[in-house]
Amino acid sequence: MSSIKIRTKRLDGNTQIRTLITHPMENGRHKNKLGELIPAHFIQELWVEHNKNKIVNCNMAGSISKNPYFDFLLKGGEVGDTVTISWIDNLGETDSKEHIIK
Amino acid sequence: MLNSRRKFLTSICSVAAYSLSLATGLAHASLENVQWLNKSFSLSPYDETIEHLFKGAKLIDNHNKIKFERLPHVAENGAIVPIKIISSFKNVTKIYIFVEKNPHPLSAEFNLSPSVAAEVSARLRMAKTSAVTVIVEADGKFYRKTKKVKVAIGGCGG
Repeated sequence: MSSIKIRTKRLDGNTQIRTLITHPMENGRHKNKLGELIPAHFIQELWVEHNKNKIVNCNMAGSISKNPYFDFLLKGGEVGDTVTISWIDNLGETDSKEHIIK
Repeated sequence: MLNSRRKFLTSICSVAAYSLSLATGLAHASLENVQWLNKSFSLSPYDETIEHLFKGAKLIDNHNKIKFERLPHVAENGAIVPIKIISSFKNVTKIYIFVEKNPHPLSAEFNLSPSVAAEVSARLRMAKTSAVTVIVEADGKFYRKTKKVKVAIGGCGG
């Protein structure tokens, strides 16, 4: 199952893109029950593409909450267009999902 | 002797291939850029981060074309603090979010293309009561706005 959920909504000719990503976003400062530090594991880069054109590129680190949520407002956007969201984290893991605007 | 020389050569080749694959894998962000980014996300005091990112450029304070929405005055849980930034500037290219007293103040940097409106939301993690600062880059100028948020339970571990 993909770690990315995408919802889009048409608002007065614009398109709102909302996304929720399942990710621990550990910043390397939390401790587990034994008092050991949990190693850092966070998304470093996230990008959004609209019909294969990159529209947003976001760099982040551990000071974004666990299971991060983002929303963006795309100017225009038609029914049937594709929106792709991808991320890469500091351990090199990556995921991507495509969504079609309805 | 010949055997060890061959081994040496193959190991050299594999190292070269590995570094090449690393370089192509990072095609959208050059290695230098990645190092620069890592540094800006790991610097600790807020002032130093600002200096590193903007190199003394003038920051115009408290512009009313930047609006905070959803960002609460009092956040009960520092692990999830919602924020929404709406800016009515034209040609916004970048939006930075800082939490001044976090161990690493820079929390996110958005690069926006012209086909996206200057409207972005996210969820932050805050260690303690602090000011949240947003810097918007529009037409090569920087605009800053700050709001203080009280945090009841910190979300950055200790």
